[in-house]
Amino acid sequence: MDTKTKMVPIPSTGLMPERDLGTRPILEVSRLGIKFGALAAVDDVNLTISRTEIAGLIGPNGAGKTTIFNLITKVYPPDSGIIMLDGKDTSGMNTAAISRAGVARTFQNIRLFDKLSVEDNVKIGLHNQTPYSILDSVLRLPKYWRQEKIAHERALELLSIFDMQDLADDEAGSLPYGAQRRLEIVRALATNPILLLLDEPAAGMNPSETEALMETIVKIRDKFEIAILIIEHDMKLVMGICEGIAVLNYGRIIAKGTASDIQNNPEVIEAYLGRSRSGSAPEIL
Amino acid sequence: MLFLFLISDLYAADISFKRKCINNMAFLSYLIKGLSLGSVYAIIALGYTMVYGIAKMLNFAHGDVIMIGGYAAYISTVYLGFPPVVALIIAILVCTLLGIVIEKLAYKPLRSADSLAVLITAIGVSYFLQNIALLIWGSDPKVFPSIAKSMTSISLFDGQLVISWETIITIIANIVIMVSLTLFTSKTRTGKAMRAVSEDREAAQLMGIDVNKTISITFAIGSGLAAIAGVLLCSSYPTLMPTTGSMPGIKAFTAAVFGGIGSIPGALLGGLLLGIIETLAKAYISMQLSDAIVFAVLIIILLVKPTGLLGKKVIVKV
Amino acid sequence: MSGKKVNILKSIPPATKNAFINYGIVIIAFAVISVLRSLGLLSISLEGQLVPICCYIVMAISLNLTVGILGELSLGHAGFMSVGAFTGIIVSGLMSQTVQSGALRLFIAIIIGGVAAGIVGILVGIPVLRLNGDYLAIVTLAFGEIIKNLINCLYIGYDSTGIHISMTSEAALGLGPDGKIIIDGAIGAVNIQKISTFTAGFLLVLGCLIVIQNLVNSRNGRAIMALRDNQIAAESVGINIVKYKMMAFVTSAVMAGMAGCLFALNYSTVVAKKFDFNTSILVLVFVVLGGIGNIRGSMIAATVLYILPEMLRGIRDYRMLVYAVILILVMIVTNNPTIRNLLYEKIINPIRAFLPRKKGGAADGYEN
Repeated sequence: MDTKTKMVPIPSTGLMPERDLGTRPILEVSRLGIKFGALAAVDDVNLTISRTEIAGLIGPNGAGKTTIFNLITKVYPPDSGIIMLDGKDTSGMNTAAISRAGVARTFQNIRLFDKLSVEDNVKIGLHNQTPYSILDSVLRLPKYWRQEKIAHERALELLSIFDMQDLADDEAGSLPYGAQRRLEIVRALATNPILLLLDEPAAGMNPSETEALMETIVKIRDKFEIAILIIEHDMKLVMGICEGIAVLNYGRIIAKGTASDIQNNPEVIEAYLGRSRSGSAPEIL
Repeated sequence: MLFLFLISDLYAADISFKRKCINNMAFLSYLIKGLSLGSVYAIIALGYTMVYGIAKMLNFAHGDVIMIGGYAAYISTVYLGFPPVVALIIAILVCTLLGIVIEKLAYKPLRSADSLAVLITAIGVSYFLQNIALLIWGSDPKVFPSIAKSMTSISLFDGQLVISWETIITIIANIVIMVSLTLFTSKTRTGKAMRAVSEDREAAQLMGIDVNKTISITFAIGSGLAAIAGVLLCSSYPTLMPTTGSMPGIKAFTAAVFGGIGSIPGALLGGLLLGIIETLAKAYISMQLSDAIVFAVLIIILLVKPTGLLGKKVIVKV
Repeated sequence: MSGKKVNILKSIPPATKNAFINYGIVIIAFAVISVLRSLGLLSISLEGQLVPICCYIVMAISLNLTVGILGELSLGHAGFMSVGAFTGIIVSGLMSQTVQSGALRLFIAIIIGGVAAGIVGILVGIPVLRLNGDYLAIVTLAFGEIIKNLINCLYIGYDSTGIHISMTSEAALGLGPDGKIIIDGAIGAVNIQKISTFTAGFLLVLGCLIVIQNLVNSRNGRAIMALRDNQIAAESVGINIVKYKMMAFVTSAVMAGMAGCLFALNYSTVVAKKFDFNTSILVLVFVVLGGIGNIRGSMIAATVLYILPEMLRGIRDYRMLVYAVILILVMIVTNNPTIRNLLYEKIINPIRAFLPRKKGGAADGYEN
């Protein structure tokens, strides 16, 4: 699976896939920071993600990766820094507004609407894409029927990405773990995003499931032409499909680059594996 | 809003009369009455908050256990002729036993159920207690003999400030209870077990704590306190009916939430504040609207501090 | 040919099927009861309960919208009923000279009562819906009590010079000799002209059922249920939390107001105390026993549980006691798997063994 494209340097200290050259980055994060009490959970983080880049965010547990997701999606308001989405400053937006602006995410601990059906979960993702008013619902006006039909068809279409359309009527809470994770991704895609944030999408998956997921993520990027930022611990996935990778440790970015840059970076190795007793960073595995 | 407009009308009418009576002594006397009423609320609120902390349920029947305590004391003094202290002890025993029985029969089977289901069961228990009392004692109000019957009120400042012994006993009882309970939960093994089960039931169980016993003890203590509250309440407000426990129960419950549900000092603070606000509202604004005012204050405070005065904010991991 | 028919039935989504079954139940019930009524076969006590049952059904389904669909516990539902009731009484009283038709007055009163309750719903909702769980419950309880308290102190009357309102006393109203009092403080509303009818009740139930079911089976309903199941996730897909919480809460309040209005105009006197915490709790019991989120369950539970104390009249003094015991037992059995299984083992399955079995085992596998 050849997903790598040539990464080229851009004027600032970043990298961008060749095909995105000349376009505005989808996400520009500068000097992002937040403190919980006295602890700086995220400190002076700078990230740039281009329009169709698959980027990875890795680091040891507790490094602050999910916190960055929460900051981008305004679950926490940042203490410092600016987050620009497609050239627009997002300060002052709340979570719902950021979603409408085009950022979709999945959660580390799956957050599905358990009691609703699989299809309904996706349809909720389609909420803002198939609008009609309360009057339309109550009086069952034509707009209701039209939009519901569109929603139904679109939901099944999205579910077919993961070949889940037959599960449409099942209760979301009754799905096996892997299917639930995939459903979360489908729901996120339903919001028609320009940036997709995936939080440990391969967690709990076996190697063959992970392979399939890797292919699907690339397929999603190619089909929808969106940027995808992935938090992952599974290095095969990260090194396999991520074009640009940032490494986070104790809330700070310690390295950024392509897969090979990261693999050979001694600070990264030290962050994950610690110093050897002789005081030097261990060699690459 | 309309409410405020109408209230100011009422207030203006009342205040011209009240102005003649407003002086420091009157205020002090109301304050003390408020502390006494608040003490009763605090003791009741303790029962709510402890049970909520440990079993995560709103024991709706708590107010009615108070009422049963009142009747138990009533029977002991009026029909059995026991002295007040003995009557109090009997009431405490009866209520403690009642609390344990209720927990074992009605709440324990629903330990793993939805909190709403447990609430409804508690409501059923509440109806049950009220109707049993109705059947046994009838709906006519009984006159409750005060525990301080023979003691004359204390008179201070040349008779300008009169404090009844019931008031004093209530406030002292509250202080004693609060102090002993705080010591109990922080120093004794059982008390610490209660705190552990409140915090994390599964972990407590893994540490070898007998969760069932701990929960039963909590209910027992709460119900015992209810008996004391019942006797104190009926001493100060001497009519006793099957529905006597209901309103104080609701108010004490709001006091517990107001102070931060699950927090013992919160129950104290909430109860006292509620009692003071209620008494002052009755005295200075309006007798009829005092309840509305109390609840309005509660709402305003919860809006400013959504988890109650001393409540802990529950942090949800995203 | 029969194969094609089955296919059409299958293609109707289950939610819609359920909705139409509910409409069917209500319409058939109304038809049957109306026939029994006209034949004089209904007892007087049951006849008198028809309108209240309709009211409590609407109260139950509207509370289920807040508790079951939105997932927030409201302990002050009777407050909205109260607002609707007294607004309706005032409106009907004021119109009594000008509009002769009882049915028209009722219709207008119910609409205005509903709107008034809706406005109160918005005022209550703004602070309340920011809170969570038990705190929200307490604040709704507090609002219910405040409303009851305020109405208890309300004096309203009218005479040739117009409407008079006071919060202090009857005398302060300053009514002229031709004046009439509508609401007399703690005495409540007096001299109400009874204009509620069973037909109006039926129409109200049907109307509210249509609104709720159409709301739930739509994008708005899905948004509300998403808030119930996982608020954080709902927000992350762009659902405006305040908007949809208010939508559910206010719709629920409007319906409760309309039910309250119908209820009040069924009696010649009404006191605010009738719509207190106990009534809120009563409706909550209906909702929980009928199944949280289950609209049909709410309708059935409201009907059965309202009639039950009447049916237990034989036991007279013990009936509320029996009611309480039944309530506790039902809750324990339905919520404790061990006891439920015991019940099935020892009682229900042996009974089933005696009954002739229907073909097809699917139904047998179902537990209620």
